[in-house]
Amino acid sequence: MKRLMLGNQAFARGLYEAGCSFVSSYPGTPSTEVTEEAAKYDEIYCEWAPNEKVAMEAAFGASLAGKRSFCGMKHVGLNVAADPLFTCSYTGVNAGMIICVADDPGMHSSQNEQDSRHYAVAAKVPMLEPADSAEACEFVKKAYEISEEFDTPVILKMCTRVAHSQSVVEERERILPEPRHYEKNIAKYVMMPGNAIRRHPFVEERIRKLAAYAETSDLNRVEMGDPRIGIITSSTSYQYVKEVFGDSACILKLGMIHPLPEKLILDFAEKVDKLVIVEELDPVIETHCRKLGLEVTGKDVLPLEGEFSQNLIAEKLGVELPASRKLEETLPGRPPVMCAGCPHRGLFYTLAKNKCTVLGDIGCYTLGAVAPLNAMEMTLCMGASISAIHGFNKALGEESEGRTVAVIGDSTFMHSGMTGLANIAYNQSNSTVIILDNSITGMTGHQQNPTTGYNIKGDPAGKIDLEALCRAMGFERVRVVDPYDLDQCDKVLREELEAKAPSVIISRRPCALLKYVKHEKPLKVDCEKCVGCKSCMRLGCPAISVKDGKAVIDTTLCVGCVVCKQLCRFGALQSQ
Amino acid sequence: MAKNIMIVGVGGQGSLLASKLLGHLLLSEGYDVKVSEVHGMSQRGGSVVTYVRFGEKVYSPVIDRGQADFIVSFEKLEAARYLEYLKEDGRIVVNTQEIDPMPVITGAMQYPENLVEKMEALGAKVDAMDCLSLAEQAGSAKAVNIVLMGRLSRYFDEIPLEKWQQAIQECVPAKFLELNQKAFLLGRG
Repeated sequence: MKRLMLGNQAFARGLYEAGCSFVSSYPGTPSTEVTEEAAKYDEIYCEWAPNEKVAMEAAFGASLAGKRSFCGMKHVGLNVAADPLFTCSYTGVNAGMIICVADDPGMHSSQNEQDSRHYAVAAKVPMLEPADSAEACEFVKKAYEISEEFDTPVILKMCTRVAHSQSVVEERERILPEPRHYEKNIAKYVMMPGNAIRRHPFVEERIRKLAAYAETSDLNRVEMGDPRIGIITSSTSYQYVKEVFGDSACILKLGMIHPLPEKLILDFAEKVDKLVIVEELDPVIETHCRKLGLEVTGKDVLPLEGEFSQNLIAEKLGVELPASRKLEETLPGRPPVMCAGCPHRGLFYTLAKNKCTVLGDIGCYTLGAVAPLNAMEMTLCMGASISAIHGFNKALGEESEGRTVAVIGDSTFMHSGMTGLANIAYNQSNSTVIILDNSITGMTGHQQNPTTGYNIKGDPAGKIDLEALCRAMGFERVRVVDPYDLDQCDKVLREELEAKAPSVIISRRPCALLKYVKHEKPLKVDCEKCVGCKSCMRLGCPAISVKDGKAVIDTTLCVGCVVCKQLCRFGALQSQ
Repeated sequence: MAKNIMIVGVGGQGSLLASKLLGHLLLSEGYDVKVSEVHGMSQRGGSVVTYVRFGEKVYSPVIDRGQADFIVSFEKLEAARYLEYLKEDGRIVVNTQEIDPMPVITGAMQYPENLVEKMEALGAKVDAMDCLSLAEQAGSAKAVNIVLMGRLSRYFDEIPLEKWQQAIQECVPAKFLELNQKAFLLGRG
């Protein structure tokens, strides 16, 4: 049956059809839906792991045991999982193992736009790159075959436009692979020097064999047209190229991005007058072509930054653009904001009020950095808030200890906050860490995690007790606050900043968007009492605005959290 | 040539249901279809864009400047923001609702005035209507998305009303079906 599917949904369909039976991932935009969709197939065991390193090692374990396995992550997640990646390249696999890495050119929802293709090169593992949903589904099946034939994990690289675009997919039956059994093989699977030294030549030989495979594989294909221009491209860039040139250019579309073929490229170059490389981010294909001695146009005209589009390619390659018109005036931007009723808001208001230096982390709460709260001064990567506050306070001592906090979400804390906290407990900096426990992984669209008590299917699961965990790590000062209660937040924050000991504050209230969270009626404004002082506006709540000198509540947005009510000295904001 | 429909609005307004409906309908009409969505941080009350493209064969999943046959906007300012994506003879179908963005809420900027007139002055065909009132009339403010789809359907002579209604039936949960069918007809007018 033909269906419209997101690239990630088609990827999951591919896992199902290829007989994958084990999935372990950590959510991250734009990779999350591969695992969410896979979890809808009862035949596949799926789980959210605490982080990408754990997920990849779990998937490796399942492969070792003889089951086709998968782990998915976003580009920065592969940094976390780089350790197992580089060495499972040496061990190889038993049953097939696929790693999905989803890049985010243009940074729709990321802190950098690294090009994950470098990982395939560095770890010496094959990488495939689909250009639409149908290919995502097909390439998964190919990837398992390659994984088992060449004894290697295979990376399937997605990007935002392939992951989050729907296109037509033909569904097929699930075909189970020949069963594989676990066999003890110390020389292959115990990577101590004596064994790893023998595996390295295998890895080099494997990549040579894969390069030979790339020469003839139907993953790469040539579409001949007018020989005056020949374009080598892959992924979503291929779609933009086709949009601009249709059938009028020669195209070498690469589905296997590592290792790259040599003869195929040289033969293609031979047939065309001018060779152009169209690839987002870094010049990976271009560098390969230059090494082959080819003269190419690539990053000399196309940008290293951001996403491509059909107009960008047309413009850079000298094709006429369609006419368009634009309003002259500067329109107000509409950046993302914390939702109305977001439990993070009250806490960030308290931090801003106390003029704290806030070292932040990755999640919805990164929005604490934007106006009007402006209450975050650093965000680096998952878990860095806690590790960095330790270094910051050790460096500045009393100058910073009483006014600096780290803030991190519950899921991010489980991902990589605990090790940083262990450092504070062990090396004893006088640091205050705030865990924003909204009982879900929020930004990526509500995934469960080890602190929520539910698994990926929503069934009851193990639940880690954050207070007990922090105490067990040696923290004597562990406090819990409700971020809707501003007085309590303020009091506890001041006490913990004043204390001469490391402390953890857990700011606990579930995300206002969770289905089980019951909303109160929207507040109403008593216009007699409202003096238009705009105190309530300091919260940056999208449900509050001021019209004609009086506060106005958007009743379609307000969830009655009453945080603003606590700021109104005139009693103008009232619960219904 | 592929036809291009851009759906723009504010994160959380329900544009994903609109694109789901269009994708479903157009696929059943036998077209090749691509729908490109935005997930993650931008969904949090930010400006959001969904691209729907259909035709004999569709390559790019996105619509670029000067290429949209239709811009369906859930909010007035967002229609103006994406005006440059409109084809020369393209049409904007816009809900006249105003949702203040943060720079307006904080008082740093004013919500621009007379946006519909300004867009028309640039030669854009604009079909503006108060979809929020119609949605409320149908039974829920959340049905703005389906009211807009009703309005858009007026410009597709080749697709009969029954096909739209069938697509709604297949995309909307049963308990909201009646409400949405009503919202669709109110939008179609």
